[in-house]
Amino acid sequence: MNIVVAMKQIPDLQQIRIRNRQPLFDDVPLTLGTIDKNALEAAVVLKEADESIKVTVLSAGNEEVEDTVKEALAAGADEAFLVLDDALEGADSAAIAAVLAAAIKQMEDVDLILFGEGSGDNYSGQVGSRVAELLNMPQAGYVSAMEIKGGNAVVTRTLEDCDEVLEMTLPGVISVMAGLNEPRIPSVTQILKAGKKPKEVLELDEVDVDIKKLAFTETISNLAPESNRKKIVVKSVDELLQGLRSENLIGR
Amino acid sequence: MAGILIFSDKTNLALELLTAANSISSSSADIKAVTINNDEQVQALSEAGANVYRINAADLIMADVGAVAAALGQAAGELGSDIILLSSNRRGKEIAGRLAQVVGAGCLTDVNSLETDDGKITCKRNALAGATVANQYIKADKQVIAIVPKSFAPAEGGSGSINDLTVEVKPSALKLLEVKTKAGESVDIEAAEVIVAVGQGLNSKDDLVMVEELAKLLGGEVACSKPVATDKKWLSEDRVIGLSGKKCKPQLAIILGVSGQVQFTVGIRDAKTIVSINTDDNATMNSLSDYVLVTDLHEAVKAMNSAL
Ligand SMILES: Cc1cc2nc3c(=O)[nH]c(=O)nc-3n(C[C@H](O)[C@H](O)[C@H](O)COP(=O)(O)OP(=O)(O)OC[C@H]3O[C@@H](n4cnc5c(N)ncnc54)[C@H](O)[C@@H]3O)c2cc1C
Ligand SMILES: Nc1ncnc2c1ncn2[C@@H]1O[C@H](COP(=O)(O)O)[C@@H](O)[C@H]1O
Repeated sequence: MNIVVAMKQIPDLQQIRIRNRQPLFDDVPLTLGTIDKNALEAAVVLKEADESIKVTVLSAGNEEVEDTVKEALAAGADEAFLVLDDALEGADSAAIAAVLAAAIKQMEDVDLILFGEGSGDNYSGQVGSRVAELLNMPQAGYVSAMEIKGGNAVVTRTLEDCDEVLEMTLPGVISVMAGLNEPRIPSVTQILKAGKKPKEVLELDEVDVDIKKLAFTETISNLAPESNRKKIVVKSVDELLQGLRSENLIGR
Repeated sequence: MAGILIFSDKTNLALELLTAANSISSSSADIKAVTINNDEQVQALSEAGANVYRINAADLIMADVGAVAAALGQAAGELGSDIILLSSNRRGKEIAGRLAQVVGAGCLTDVNSLETDDGKITCKRNALAGATVANQYIKADKQVIAIVPKSFAPAEGGSGSINDLTVEVKPSALKLLEVKTKAGESVDIEAAEVIVAVGQGLNSKDDLVMVEELAKLLGGEVACSKPVATDKKWLSEDRVIGLSGKKCKPQLAIILGVSGQVQFTVGIRDAKTIVSINTDDNATMNSLSDYVLVTDLHEAVKAMNSAL
């Protein structure tokens, strides 16, 4: 059984600084999305229970992905399938989905494709749904538990007010929920071995997608919201309550 | 403005979408609401002034996102709607990408405000995990926009119409085995005027008792950061504030032992007044607050409870 895990390279969000409301990306290390790591961990757990499972990490992005993806290979993926072009960095979700779907079509017999519920930086939850449509596959999102039984996946989709238990015929697409599991931290030997795992690297024209035609969205601005909080440091609970009372916020 | 189609699996959110649609369209005749197997929603939407197109098809299940997107795609084609507004709850977000792909649209999700400007619909949404607010629009003629719950007030009053719509439904590759409704009381922290939120600075589940007492004294609700619900499981997930939780706009938010990472603060930054109580005087939360008290939260809560 072949499982593909789609993982996006993103800047480490904890290290982004804001200056004059602008996010600064200089010297911010690249990593893979947190929820994408949950998706990978879920695939690796399935693999540990069934040795016939092969886990392939799929990523589209700039040249640096080749290095960033080692993290996933160290954490248990068997191989990587990468589509690399600088134009893919920050490309529209429609373009990324088309590239990923085209890449998956080039792979052999994919049974299950895993996504995160949202990418770390954009968190728009579109790419998995778009790929499912492009490949004409059933999908289940916000999955908090999954099992493979015969040719089917049995999954729990966690919505705001209920859980749906679904049986999905494979091949299919699953997007996992944030915090689904605790992704493993690879050991030093695993990190060393990761560099030797197979990597298939394609250029954009090898997947035959014209991403310029799929640039549907335009960003006018992307700034940190203005914060003009008062930041009054009080010394005691009494002083705090006094302040809140004076503003009519308590004891009304 | 081109025709607008609205759809949500939840009636209250569909009513909000009707308001959103009205805010970007000058002609209510251009706005069409689709319902799927939901008579109660047909009623509510038509009474709120919507032109409702109801799809009743027993073999179309809401759990099959592909089938729902296919049905909505057919509806949009038939009704001549280039713009589709969905709700950005989990179901709506999942449908959004698929539907956009079906109709060949650009798509934005998690949108919390819409404005029309020179024929463009500009959308605001949080980006970089909430660190920034992106102002974006879709260049393509076909647009799918998913709107965050409670960004618009529900529509009310008006006289709409009810029409039937038939769509083709393909056999589903999904079988719904079971629906488990979430147990426990449901709270609506988004509606609360006062919020007392706890983070991982709280020592134990037992200490929640005094936090609940404080919330009660202030006439508010207890909320929390994500790890308190998902890792520690001390509170239910519907009390989580933040990117993957709720966006709250209370008059007063008392934040206890929360470090203030952006995924949390994005859910509380619209509060009128914020108080941060934290042992770390460098906690990010403090710099995003109106009042800062650097002390042990347990001592502070006890003192507040006895003073109030
Ligand atoms: C995709 C994604 C989505 C996320 N969504 C959310 C979300 O919706 N909501 C959310 O909250 N998080 C979310 N997170 C997690 C978020 O990044 C933080 O990890 C989380 O908010 C931290 O919670 P915390 O502040 O309670 O804990 P910590 O960061 O551990 O902070 C604890 C704080 O308590 C203080 N403290 C300790 N002891 C005391 C004491 N005795 N008295 C007073 N103060 C004390 C400490 O100084 C510290 O500031 C998300 C993360 C990701 C990757
Ligand atoms: N460039 C990319 N390469 C590989 N996978 C991606 C890429 N962008 C998004 N994804 C996958 O799609 C999911 C949803 O992304 P998004 O629609 O951006 O929220 C992510 O969690 C990833 O699993």
